[in-house]
Amino acid sequence: MTSLPGQRAPVSKVTAVVAPIVLGAALIALWQLLVRAFHIHDTIVPAPSDIWHQLTEEHTLIFDTTRKTGWNALQGLVIGTVVGIVGALLAHGVRVLREMAAPIVVAVSVMPIVALGPVLYGLFGGMTDTARIVVAGIAVAIPVYLNTLRGLQQVRAVHRDLMLAYSSTPWQRTWAVTLPTATPYLFTGLRIGSSLAVISALITEYFGGPSDGLGFTINNEAKSGAFALAWAAVVGSIVLGLIFYIVTYAVERWFARHR
Amino acid sequence: MTAVALSGVERIFRTGKGRQVVALEAIDLTVGEGEFVSLIGPSGCGKSTLLRQIADLDSPTSGTVSVFGKTARQARLDHDYGIAFQQAGLLPWRTVAANISLPLQLHGVEKATAAARVEQLLEMVGLSDFAKSFPDQLSGGMQQRVAIARALAEQPKLLLMDEPFGALDEITRERMQSELVRICQESGAAVVFVTHSIPEAVFLSDRVVVMSPRPGRIVGIVSTTPVAGVERGEAYRDDESFFHGVQEVRHLLHSGHATDGPRGEGAR
Amino acid sequence: MPQADGGSESVTTVRRGERGTSNRAHYRAALLGVAGIALAASAWELYKAFGPQAGVTVGQTIVLPRANDGVMPHIWQMFTEFGKPVTAGTGSQTIGGAVLAATWFTLRLAGTGWIVGVIIGFALAMLMTRSRVAEAAALPWVVVSQTVPLIAIAPLLAGWGQYLHVGSWQWGLPQSVMVISAYLAFYPMSIGALKGLTSPDVYQLELMHVYGIGWWRTFLRLRLPAAVPYLLPALRLAATMAVVGAVVGETSVDLQGGVGYLIISFQQTAGLSDAARAWPPIIGAMVDGLIAAGVVALIGVLLRRYRRGENA
Repeated sequence: MTSLPGQRAPVSKVTAVVAPIVLGAALIALWQLLVRAFHIHDTIVPAPSDIWHQLTEEHTLIFDTTRKTGWNALQGLVIGTVVGIVGALLAHGVRVLREMAAPIVVAVSVMPIVALGPVLYGLFGGMTDTARIVVAGIAVAIPVYLNTLRGLQQVRAVHRDLMLAYSSTPWQRTWAVTLPTATPYLFTGLRIGSSLAVISALITEYFGGPSDGLGFTINNEAKSGAFALAWAAVVGSIVLGLIFYIVTYAVERWFARHR
Repeated sequence: MTAVALSGVERIFRTGKGRQVVALEAIDLTVGEGEFVSLIGPSGCGKSTLLRQIADLDSPTSGTVSVFGKTARQARLDHDYGIAFQQAGLLPWRTVAANISLPLQLHGVEKATAAARVEQLLEMVGLSDFAKSFPDQLSGGMQQRVAIARALAEQPKLLLMDEPFGALDEITRERMQSELVRICQESGAAVVFVTHSIPEAVFLSDRVVVMSPRPGRIVGIVSTTPVAGVERGEAYRDDESFFHGVQEVRHLLHSGHATDGPRGEGAR
Repeated sequence: MPQADGGSESVTTVRRGERGTSNRAHYRAALLGVAGIALAASAWELYKAFGPQAGVTVGQTIVLPRANDGVMPHIWQMFTEFGKPVTAGTGSQTIGGAVLAATWFTLRLAGTGWIVGVIIGFALAMLMTRSRVAEAAALPWVVVSQTVPLIAIAPLLAGWGQYLHVGSWQWGLPQSVMVISAYLAFYPMSIGALKGLTSPDVYQLELMHVYGIGWWRTFLRLRLPAAVPYLLPALRLAATMAVVGAVVGETSVDLQGGVGYLIISFQQTAGLSDAARAWPPIIGAMVDGLIAAGVVALIGVLLRRYRRGENA
């Protein structure tokens, strides 16, 4: 197979699977080796084996906190997605609304939403999870709104003309052309949103609220010197993030095939 | 001396699971200096692959390709040919003039010399007024003319063109063909021209090479030089000899192999 | 939209040149934008005036916020708060002064983190562009690195200062915050740069091959300029994420001086006595986000020549 210097030949399927695994395993091995060889204090970073030990030892704690944060993130994801989609549909249909919302959306999209945490704990009370859900919801709503709106505006002229030629009703146009065109964009927003939901729900825990969840546990254990346990909670957050990503991805694939 | 000489060229693509596709088989072809040769055939007959062997964008599995007596690779490194693709492939951040001067700049031609050359080329393709425009401000036909000017920038003695007018409408296309004839006469370059339009091939070429797919091979070569006294101009399109050439090429296309007819372009 | 037609021999639209209409559109957008903000502010005030003091609770969960003065300030109070002193004692700094200093402090941290993250992200994208195997090996991890909330390690970076030092220089809390900031900035950059650097089409790449100019010159002449339309959104996202990282980083490693720290400390000192106190540092954080985005927009203006392809 000749390949041009300027071009990029695709890698084989085997490479695509093996290469990342090899790299990942190598990095973890290197990590373990460095920590042991240089006697790196676990304040900086504990050895992977120690983290694994804590993970098995304290698996109920890790599982419960992961579920707690995951539940908040999930509620935020659902609420944010609904708000984002409804907002995009409204903004697409009513131009004035779109233009009125524009500066607010831009401002919210560039600001650190988690910074609202303390205020929301005030508004909703510090003893409930509502503030965490609201932060996750806002974080999700923005990319879902922006991407869906963009998707709604992508309808190609040829399809619009075709629907006009069929003298279809506005509802038929929406159902047959506009929504299917917008769906892939919606899912792009949702994929971004699913990661943001977990991250936001978790970070908001650093700012206060009930004494549970992954973020609280990490912060708390780090401050009390139980670094390996804190890292075990980090592993929990990694797993949670992956679950959210994979599920969103699976839903996206399912939709792509069944629409 | 010949511009291009291919002998016994074979190109086999290996696809997955040990299957292979013979894209070119036993190709022998020479193109003389200043000669205009078209490659025509249905999709998948290997005409673009053949052009890519000459351009050293791909290498034959066996056989030899020589360009002005050198290997294709050496000819490429010596800037012996200019090339134009179906899409103009202009750089959107460069002006028309800067796009044309790109090869000159990359190959270290002095600024003043390059500027003079660009001006000359702009005039040749009729875009002098658009030197400072950007590609997105031009129509498709104009973009393609910029690409042709760019291909001519280094005054190559060989021009390789892969369906350069394929994306243009018929009216623009005929005008571009006439301009290409004029440009070639002015520059005296040999041309290898890939197309699947029969009239286009006949109108432009001294010889039309007809190819067939699976495996890609040459089924015949039609000489289409206009008879003495006939100019290769608009009148030629209505000339008897033109019709004759079209007919001959079409017969050849439809004989031998018509398993996978041409994609509907060309004459009716 | 231009040039979609097969190429009639006329100059197609010279890209939204009509100044008059575009000016009118700008006025309209500005006016409606202000109206939108006014509407949101009125909604806030209306809720404050008529909303339930204790919020609305469904079952055990509170679903609508509490409207009492203790937690929900008037909009104007958020701004008058800037003029008040931080502490009751005489000669105390105003909140405005403190927030301004903190905003600048955080912006500097975020800026450094942004630059570090952008350089690393871009270098990684270059490597992945150069080698498919590198791309296959690294890309899944790059994606995973962002789907997982690795920012969770933020509190764990606080202790680094004790153990990392080179000569007299010691790893400090600001460095930990910059690491977090850089980490968040790196991902959008690497993904955007990879997309951009691989965006040139096959014709353009083959042309460079025909010119025989090698990988580096192809990179500088073709890949890099072609990447600009992809790099700008990546840079903006990276800037936003760098600010988020700096704010969150400050709070999780307890670094004093920035808005992240002020958000926490104002919230704690104000308690229920002064609901508006929490807002000035939040506004400071927003301003940081806007400045960061503004800087990237400025870069975009400087590079506008390379963005011609965006609409084509």
